[in-house]
Amino acid sequence: MIQNIPLSYYLVISTLMFFIGIYGFLTRRNLITMLMSVELILNSVNINFVAFNRYLYPQQLQGHFFMLIVIAVAAAEAAVAIAIIINIYRNFKSIDVENVDEMKY
Amino acid sequence: MLNQVMFFLFGAMIVIFSLLTVTSRKILRAAVFLLFVLISTAGLYFALNYNFLAAVQLTVYAGGIVVLIIFSILLTSHVSERAVMAPFKQSLLSALATVAGATLTLMTILQFTFVPNAAADPHFNITDVGNALVSYNRDGYALPFEVVSVLLLAAMIGAIVVAKKEKMLKK
Repeated sequence: MIQNIPLSYYLVISTLMFFIGIYGFLTRRNLITMLMSVELILNSVNINFVAFNRYLYPQQLQGHFFMLIVIAVAAAEAAVAIAIIINIYRNFKSIDVENVDEMKY
Repeated sequence: MLNQVMFFLFGAMIVIFSLLTVTSRKILRAAVFLLFVLISTAGLYFALNYNFLAAVQLTVYAGGIVVLIIFSILLTSHVSERAVMAPFKQSLLSALATVAGATLTLMTILQFTFVPNAAADPHFNITDVGNALVSYNRDGYALPFEVVSVLLLAAMIGAIVVAKKEKMLKK
């Protein structure tokens, strides 16, 4: 299944995705779109783990478990982040980072 | 030949839709582009012959997280609302920084020649993954499994407490 496709192609795709995610994180002003950029970054790391697992250590499962645990952490992070975002929206009527400047008690 | 075509199709879809995700002015549309990125990533896992990981990617990421994000978008902004972008100078500087970082990383990656393991196609199935997940012997992953389960419980309780309304707390 993996003949003719070098490992570096997967790494190139995941690198591009990672830096696109960082660009989004730096330029977006809406909290939910910043969260989506973080999801892009986590997903690109997953591609790396899985591709290394498949190409270099096909008999082992380390990459599988790293990827499963990263997905679980991403899901937990998304749930908590969205709870916080909804709470911020209740207090500020906006989720732009520029408007949220009074989070300190 | 066919797997090459599929690989380049999914790769191009990932890059294009990632770019659209971070540049689209409409937030709901950006979420849908994110969904396309995650589905194409599942396609890459299928191309690697890892069916279980592709299924997990589709159910948890494409099925769970994207739905959560779309719900929160609908709760917090109007569909017709346009996202405010950073000022031009800041976008330019961010683009320069990310392009420089990507160039550096790509040059480093492409200089290195990875020698693929010539072993035959792996022949484990989902049973092996499940056994390793709860095994506490060598090559077992019971400890991270338990840690993640505690993390998920804590995240669930934390999300409920944070998103709860003040009125309900006072009762």
